[in-house]
Amino acid sequence: MKHILTMHLDGNSFLPATEEEKAYMVQMRPSSTFFKDGVRRLLKNPVATVSFFVIVFIVLCSIIIPMVWPYSYSEQLGNVGSASVDASYNNLKPFTYGTSEQEKIDAGEFVFPHLFGTDSSGRDYFIRIVYGTRISLAVGFFASLIVLIIGLVVGSISGYFGGVVDLVIMRIVDIIYSLPDMLMVILLSAALRETNLDKAIEGTVLEKIGGNIISLFIVFALLYWVSMSRLIRGQILSLREQEYVLAAKAAGAKGSWVIRKHLMPNCISVIIISTALQIPSAIFTESYLSFLGLGVNAPMPSLGSLASDALNGVSSYPYRLVIPSIVISLIVLSLNLFGDGLRDAFDPKLNN
Amino acid sequence: MEEISVHNQRTDRSRRHARSFSALFDSKTLGYILKRLILTVITIWVVITLTFFLMHAAPGGPFNSEKAITQAAKEALEKKYGLDKPLLEQYFTYLKDIVTKFDFGPSLKLRGRMVNDIIFEGLKTSALLGLAAAVLALVNGVVLGAVAALNRNKFVDRVIMVITTAFVSMPSFIMGTLMLIFFAVTLGILPANGEEAGGMIMPIITLSLSPMSHITRLTRSSMLDVLGQDYIRTAKAKGVAKWDIIFKHALKNSLIPVITYFGPMLAYIVTGSLVIEQIFAVPGIGRAFVKSIINRDYTLIMGTTIVLAMLIVIMNLVSDILYKVVDPRITLE
Repeated sequence: MKHILTMHLDGNSFLPATEEEKAYMVQMRPSSTFFKDGVRRLLKNPVATVSFFVIVFIVLCSIIIPMVWPYSYSEQLGNVGSASVDASYNNLKPFTYGTSEQEKIDAGEFVFPHLFGTDSSGRDYFIRIVYGTRISLAVGFFASLIVLIIGLVVGSISGYFGGVVDLVIMRIVDIIYSLPDMLMVILLSAALRETNLDKAIEGTVLEKIGGNIISLFIVFALLYWVSMSRLIRGQILSLREQEYVLAAKAAGAKGSWVIRKHLMPNCISVIIISTALQIPSAIFTESYLSFLGLGVNAPMPSLGSLASDALNGVSSYPYRLVIPSIVISLIVLSLNLFGDGLRDAFDPKLNN
Repeated sequence: MEEISVHNQRTDRSRRHARSFSALFDSKTLGYILKRLILTVITIWVVITLTFFLMHAAPGGPFNSEKAITQAAKEALEKKYGLDKPLLEQYFTYLKDIVTKFDFGPSLKLRGRMVNDIIFEGLKTSALLGLAAAVLALVNGVVLGAVAALNRNKFVDRVIMVITTAFVSMPSFIMGTLMLIFFAVTLGILPANGEEAGGMIMPIITLSLSPMSHITRLTRSSMLDVLGQDYIRTAKAKGVAKWDIIFKHALKNSLIPVITYFGPMLAYIVTGSLVIEQIFAVPGIGRAFVKSIINRDYTLIMGTTIVLAMLIVIMNLVSDILYKVVDPRITLE
């Protein structure tokens, strides 16, 4: 029986909450961050995940195998010193051996097999492929890093200062952008090849890397920063004007908070994605240049120069061409697919 | 007056024509075209300047590698080719010759031959190769893209996407050499040398594969976009036949984004042909270019780079303007 004066209110509704009811309100899961969300989305994408593991596998192989392999990429097996004494080591087919090695095997000793045979100078081809992969990956990675740094600096300056600085920088960017890049890359490499960088960097840390690879880096640094700087400038310009930045400022957020919580997360995903997609294109370009004979110096191999060298004996030793070709394609393909996956997972604008 | 006469006979075709005609000449478009034109001219000038100074900055003159050459003979050679003059004077002469006569001077290594002759001789072969590859890429790409879009997420679509993804990730020289191994070495059905009869088949196909894949992906995504549009639904509701919808409405509109790819496609074909001509021994401009780099034939390197760069830059300009003219909905900044 309800009384009119109680206004049908149930007194029980105003009792303190029990422990059980309190537990209901407790946060069951920690709130997910942007990064965690992205990783979760990335792992849901089987193609990107598989590509990621392929890349990790190739990278680990290219680092570890040269440490444990009994042959080196430049060692000519038929040579004693610099003189060629045993031509039987040249152009070995896979799993065949040179004469002195064959004698050892006949005597019961173990000789490490030449998985892919040897090349025309008697160098173990498997380790050359592994080493070439390492060079190609390193060139791709560091070239992208250089592009990222230059693009980041120029793009931020352009976006931050605006006005005349922005105008001048963007006109320069426009012109470099409309240059036919590949032709300019070839031309630059052809010119840099003549400048004898090896002498200039003698005695410095750079000497180990070699003049040709440095000139590759210079080429990348000169030409490919433009799209990165355009991207970063655009990001900074558009993010500065976003409503949520204004809202954060109106709510009393400090500049550092806005940068940390709003600008960085939104900027960084775009930067990472385009850097990830830059790596395969750098590897592509390096192999192309090496194929034209403008890439790394002999005896240092890269996948492109290995393919180029193999072209001469293609009818007798087609596998020498097929193997580096497959490795390049695999690297570029999996990096591209992984980059696409990254973009799908980390670009918040694509999600809605 | 002309405007009115166009107005009077408004058939379907002429209306469309009039629209694009007026779109081409409204002030905003004109401004855009002018801006692009200026940028193109500046780009070509930058290419010429860069090429010139890069080639002259490279140490080791063109005649250094020659054996048994006396100092006097070297000086005579340098004088003959104008290399003894100050660099700036050489530059302005070079620039003037290009602008007024389109003349790139004599080749330094192939005695008695002009760079122009070498370039245009090679360009005939290369243009045939590039044009055939472009047409092949366009036809195959559009067909495959349309088929993929119409069978979205079905088996055919998946197969097409996998193949095109693989082609995009394969450098041109790898495709070329794999084709060479398979068709010329293993099967022996096609000649490996580009100068033999039928020798151009493989280079053309190889060169077309990567642009074909790009066009396939472009056509597929834009076709999917168009198929979701209201006017397609309207056409369906009106009872228009399926193939009429596909050809008259969907395909036609989804081809517009493909135009933007013409510029990059030419750039790809030019750089691709550098190695493809090398692999298949095609006597084109690409092979001449690679040879000139190896020979350090500076005038030939400069001439070839500038001509090829001009081609690419102008093609970019044309495809950008064409894009605007074909689709009046597109606004330009």
